[in-house]
Amino acid sequence: MKLLLQNAHIEGIRFYDAYRKNGGYQSVEKAFKMSTDAIVEEVKKSGLRGRGGAGFPTGMKWSFLAKPEGVPRHLVCNADESEPGTFKDRYLMEFLPHLLIEGLIVSSYALGSNATYIYIRGEYAWITDILEQAIAEAKQNGWLGKNILGSGFDCEIYVHRGAGAYICGEETALIESLEGKRGNPRLKPPFPAIQGVWMRPTVVNNVETLAAIVPIINMGGEEYAKIGVGRSTGTKLLSVCGNVNKPGVYEIDMTISVEEFIYSDKYCGGIPNGKRLKACIPGGSSVPIVPANLLFKTAKGETRMMNYESLSDGGFATGTMMGSGGFIVLDEDQCVVRHTMTLARFYNHESCGQCSPCREGTGWMYKILKNIENGQGKLSDIDLLWDIQRRIEGNTICPLGDAAAWPVAAAIRHFRDEFEWHVLNPEESQRRNYGIAHYADPLPMVGAV
Amino acid sequence: MSIKFSQEQLNKVQEVIARYPEGKQKSALIPLLHMAQDTFGGWLDAPVMDYVAELLHILPIEVYEVATFYSMFNTKPVGKHLLEVCRTGPCMLNGSDEIIDYIKSKLGINEGETTPDGLFTLKPVECLGACGYAPMMQLGKNFREHLTKEKVDALISELTAKAGN
Repeated sequence: MKLLLQNAHIEGIRFYDAYRKNGGYQSVEKAFKMSTDAIVEEVKKSGLRGRGGAGFPTGMKWSFLAKPEGVPRHLVCNADESEPGTFKDRYLMEFLPHLLIEGLIVSSYALGSNATYIYIRGEYAWITDILEQAIAEAKQNGWLGKNILGSGFDCEIYVHRGAGAYICGEETALIESLEGKRGNPRLKPPFPAIQGVWMRPTVVNNVETLAAIVPIINMGGEEYAKIGVGRSTGTKLLSVCGNVNKPGVYEIDMTISVEEFIYSDKYCGGIPNGKRLKACIPGGSSVPIVPANLLFKTAKGETRMMNYESLSDGGFATGTMMGSGGFIVLDEDQCVVRHTMTLARFYNHESCGQCSPCREGTGWMYKILKNIENGQGKLSDIDLLWDIQRRIEGNTICPLGDAAAWPVAAAIRHFRDEFEWHVLNPEESQRRNYGIAHYADPLPMVGAV
Repeated sequence: MSIKFSQEQLNKVQEVIARYPEGKQKSALIPLLHMAQDTFGGWLDAPVMDYVAELLHILPIEVYEVATFYSMFNTKPVGKHLLEVCRTGPCMLNGSDEIIDYIKSKLGINEGETTPDGLFTLKPVECLGACGYAPMMQLGKNFREHLTKEKVDALISELTAKAGN
């Protein structure tokens, strides 16, 4: 089922005329006839959870927004998509920019934001142009500006381009960056809902979350909640990359199994060249990597489904997370040590440097992994890595520390034998990869967990 | 080169500042640094940053600390074409290391270096959000995706030929 991308194939849908002709901006007309509280109520009923990665209920986040008399409030759209493996928001903005603008107008109205900002990652420079054109078209047609549709509501949307910093996807770092500062996350509380950008009450939501407001208003929160399963309501965009036949962006209704998602021709289309699946990181680089044998079945032996609850079934011991929907697939010829090393390098590069455990720890993890990868590691390094990641997790201002710790922890938890093989076979490990020897019959977990 | 925006650019500066509340003109810093970098040779020399500080009525240090934080701002000179090749996990799975090695040997430069003719700088970067179209690089405002050695050859020939004209 598709709610967001169902019109993505229509020619010219990037532009206003085709978008409007295909039912665009109806949710704005409907929303302006509702009270702002009623809109928040619909979003609560929909069960929509933040699509940026944390999965926090959007309606609840909205209801926390402080409304002190005489203080402007702001909605900020988080388009700083930078979690490795994630490129779904890019797809939405590039091909359906008006869907985001429509969602932003409705959400701005519901939250009382007269100046709404889209904080987009600096590298998406051409998408900035696409969005600005869509905003200009919307304004020309009366959907933005003063007294929109005679509702008395004024709204402007501005695109604010970042300049290359993963950390600015964290909402308080994003706010700092929007204020023209370094992207150093703030201590919470106060939460942005109380004191956000320019110390004003602020809601920061992901691109996909705000786009989903459109179908929620059009169909009603209750109808939206019927799609999906349990607390995983509605549809979710997944961006697939790595070793699959059909990488790209897919919209699913969270009722299909992981196995179907990887092997069905409707989605990933299987692994290229008839190779076997080794491992998968289903929700962006920071969520735990899981080996094939734990990916399709939970530890309880149930079929693992593509939704928030099922993916995290078993906790970090045997499960993983839905995260941002950045679905990374590794085939049998990939090296988990090398892959983990690139992620450690990424987090080391992206640490803002505020908190010592993250600033120092991410560097240590990268150097140790680099040594192991280059055949210069020691067996004790594996325990040292485990120790370092454990000391980062939970000890930093923002979740980047956790995001850096989890991939290393999961790699050691599930692939410790591969790390040991690298250490014990320094020369052979430079010539060939470990393969997938142990997946049919997983080794007992050693040391870890 | 005199460090001053054109009148048209100065109008744009005012338009950008007006997006933010009164007195919060510092919010325009990152957009202005992008403009400055594009205008004044692809990198941010100290006098350029001082000029931006002046435009926004903020201290130069407030500009320096931001320019050095964000990886898209170059605080050292770069070649005419900056080849920013992604090397994070998903790109690595699809052979970005081979592409980086190929560019290095083809241009005879190392990571972070510029060719003697000043045409190309190679800068390996971390995830740019094109994981499904890997391996990839950023070149100016656009992404070059599904890179192969042949595509790298074609790109470098094209850019070299343009410089020769």
